[in-house]
Amino acid sequence: MLFACLIATYLIYKGRSIIGPFPHETWVNPQTGQTVQGILDIPVTSASTFVLLMSSLSMVLAHNAVVHRRQPKTTTAQRILGSSKLWLFMTALLGVGFLCFQAYEFTAFVHEGLKLSTNLFGSSFFTLTGFHGAHVTAGVLWLLILLAIDMKRGLQPEDAASVDIAALYWHFVDVVWIAIFTLVYLIR
Amino acid sequence: MAQHTSVSGHTAEAAHEAEHHPTWQTYVKIGVLLTLITAVEVSAYYIPAWETSRIYVPSMLILSAIKFIMVVAFYMHLKYDAKIFRALFTGPLMLAMITIIGLLFLFGQLSIHLGIT
Repeated sequence: MLFACLIATYLIYKGRSIIGPFPHETWVNPQTGQTVQGILDIPVTSASTFVLLMSSLSMVLAHNAVVHRRQPKTTTAQRILGSSKLWLFMTALLGVGFLCFQAYEFTAFVHEGLKLSTNLFGSSFFTLTGFHGAHVTAGVLWLLILLAIDMKRGLQPEDAASVDIAALYWHFVDVVWIAIFTLVYLIR
Repeated sequence: MAQHTSVSGHTAEAAHEAEHHPTWQTYVKIGVLLTLITAVEVSAYYIPAWETSRIYVPSMLILSAIKFIMVVAFYMHLKYDAKIFRALFTGPLMLAMITIIGLLFLFGQLSIHLGIT
């Protein structure tokens, strides 16, 4: 519901900013004469979307590894697939990668003159994507706690439900981003 | 004794999960499909004929919905869950979608198009 309201707010304010920078349209700053192209960087965001999608894949592989912990692993492939530590670490790493992309994007926007208080687009965009980033950060911390438990005593099939709950949260963050990516970045 | 029952319960739960969850091959296939759909979406953004056409927005929404459903059905294993869990997910999801559409009708571009405001 939180994200539904934030997405709705973004869509309501879309195209209603009086001054730029704008998400897709070119804008000439009347004070400096500087031309700012559409501020959204689709290639960078596409890369961050890919990173988040792959983190969901590594999360399910981590859960799968915990569920099948006691199955014998004879081949290298089975040992790699059965390493919950590896997949939990990969998921956290990809989550951090996504946050780095977001930090880069926010920094670039501020340098181009878009801040939280610049216009309606800035306010709704930073609030929506910022809240999502905060959820990703919470997810990364959760994953690191699970990884620490796994390192200390090893996650067993009995712990599968705990890993599953973390995985459900992580996939929720992913599906919210799927909606944001399309509605904010790809649709003008 | 109570602890023994609890561990047995957990083990039975884990065995049940192992039986009813997709295999890692399915997960990888879903990951590949999600990547391909995202690539199609991003390509569409850079194809002027598609990006300016009337089918652009509906096609983007459909592709996004397919990705959403794939993650929810397979990664969040809703496809393999009991009906109660499906209802617990789809109910609030419907509520969220109704909220977005309702707010757009009240304040957004939909109300402008329909001449409500």
